[in-house]
Amino acid sequence: MSVLPKQAVKAPSPPPARPAPPGHYLEVKNLSVHYGETQALFEVSFGTEKNTVLALIGPSGCGKSTLIKAVNRILELTPGARIDGDVLIEDESIFGQKVDLISLRQRVGMVFQRPNPFPKSIYDNVAYGLRIHGVKDRSTVDDVVEWALKHSALWDEVKDRLRTSALELSGGQQQRLCIARALAVQPDVLLMDEPCSALDPIATGKIEELIMSLKQDYTILVVTHNMQQAARVSDHTALMWLGKLIEHNRTEEVFTNPKEKITEDYITGRSG
Amino acid sequence: MSQEPESKPPGEPAAKRDELPSGREGHTPDFSPAEVQRRLRHPVSFFRRTREHLIEGGVFLCGVASILAISLIFIFLFREGLQALRMVDTPLDFVYSMGVQLEYDAGIDDVVAVGEAPQLAWQPVSEEPKLSMIPLMWGSLGVALLASLLSTLAGIGVGIFLSELASPRLRGVVKPMLELLVGIPTVVIGFVMLAIVAQPLRQVAEAIGLSGVYGSTYNMFVGAVGVSIVIIPVIGSLVDDALRAVPDDLRAASLGVGATRWQTTWRVVLPTGVSGVFGAVILGFGRALGETMIVLMCAGNAAQITGNPFDSVRTMTAAIASEMGAAQVGGVHAQTLFLVGAILITITFLLNLTMELVVNRFRRKIRL
Repeated sequence: MSVLPKQAVKAPSPPPARPAPPGHYLEVKNLSVHYGETQALFEVSFGTEKNTVLALIGPSGCGKSTLIKAVNRILELTPGARIDGDVLIEDESIFGQKVDLISLRQRVGMVFQRPNPFPKSIYDNVAYGLRIHGVKDRSTVDDVVEWALKHSALWDEVKDRLRTSALELSGGQQQRLCIARALAVQPDVLLMDEPCSALDPIATGKIEELIMSLKQDYTILVVTHNMQQAARVSDHTALMWLGKLIEHNRTEEVFTNPKEKITEDYITGRSG
Repeated sequence: MSQEPESKPPGEPAAKRDELPSGREGHTPDFSPAEVQRRLRHPVSFFRRTREHLIEGGVFLCGVASILAISLIFIFLFREGLQALRMVDTPLDFVYSMGVQLEYDAGIDDVVAVGEAPQLAWQPVSEEPKLSMIPLMWGSLGVALLASLLSTLAGIGVGIFLSELASPRLRGVVKPMLELLVGIPTVVIGFVMLAIVAQPLRQVAEAIGLSGVYGSTYNMFVGAVGVSIVIIPVIGSLVDDALRAVPDDLRAASLGVGATRWQTTWRVVLPTGVSGVFGAVILGFGRALGETMIVLMCAGNAAQITGNPFDSVRTMTAAIASEMGAAQVGGVHAQTLFLVGAILITITFLLNLTMELVVNRFRRKIRL
């Protein structure tokens, strides 16, 4: 890899520019969401630290996806969705007056349930985020594309066919491409909404490895149905149940020594 | 745990569907499964079987009848049209005819015949019928191209607005209105253009200094504007359908990396739906080519080849509509008009075929 412009590369362990803020790196405060008359989230509050993976587990419909969609404000596009409460990143509200939606979404990347590459070439998929933000010069774009594909562990598989359509990749490769697309705009936070639910076990294994290696550069929130996955990849786990946060603790604690009856029943497969 | 709030339309709690009808609370179901089973497991009655056959047969007949009708139209038009070919010396007669060429002679201050030259003239009722279809094709193509030019941009704009910008409520109002607009009888639009729009249009053109080129009050341009009124809603509605078929996943992905709504539309939604949009434009062009009443009423109806969009033209459709009634049955004029019709139907058929192929490719591309 050649020389990259400074802002394009994440130092492996960035030195703290200023003393750590008093609160959590990412903090959700009393977040409630209504879809029309139905309430999907009930005053959820929790915090998570920089460079950690937080797994959100719980049965379908418990509000996990709703919760992470609120963090990059893509939830607001759903007709009828109403959001109360607050989400803070580095002590700054994402709903604040000064917050620019565009830069927020650039800062908080998202990977979706189903791989959703654009019907463009592999290269253009990764370059998309740069181009819409006005980065046009060829060498920078080339470098960032290579960097993002390497970071998403896809480079070796696609480096000889960057100009072919992304739709020709397998499902697992497409999902890693979507991760590369999200990484290319240099986010701080990565939201993943059941990133493996449409993938086979081998592809799932690759994505899980990737999540663990991405942790050193990003703060990750991952929604999953799969409790083994949560146990494997996350530092902290939060269990959601019917729109409420039931338990949030270090992953080991949640799985070996759950505080709540619901958690115990859920992780042992007695309910949910 | 089956309800997924994300996928459920808001404001429609699932509980409502499961609610028992009022007055049934506390009622315990009481029936014998064996009895219900006995009533369900009986041979299909003769009446039920016959009804099934009748309905199947009826639906099948309807399908066959429409295919048959279309085939008959094709066969009839071509059979009649080909007779015209037998009635002329050479098929080239439908392209040009030889006519006396006149030249101005200054000596006698009059025109004199200096010989014969090929002419592209549609004068089917003159003593020596001149049957060149070129002026009619020119008129059809001119009006259709001009109308497509006017309505493609407007139609795509309408489609983008409906699919990407309008709120569901606004879309619910605008889209039916648009589809209603397609249903207005074209004679009404032709009449409005003729009686209300054509004159002011001429005055505007003259006011902005176009009086030199504004040939006739009823001309290709006025016809094209009228046709646009019909095809803008057609294109708009189809573009809306094409763009709404683009999966929301892709919009979310684009917005998720920080694209604006417009960037998402321009760089993701439109390129993904481009063949659908292309299909809409082709269909609009086909519709413009086949439009009859409006061009008959306000395009001037003079068969001539002109590069000036403000001159009168006569389209293929207008020629058939206005001349068929007066043409002698079985005569060369009538048969030529059949040939014009056959050519017209072939062109529209090919256009529709292209559109189908293009749209099918589009469906495969976005994995519907």
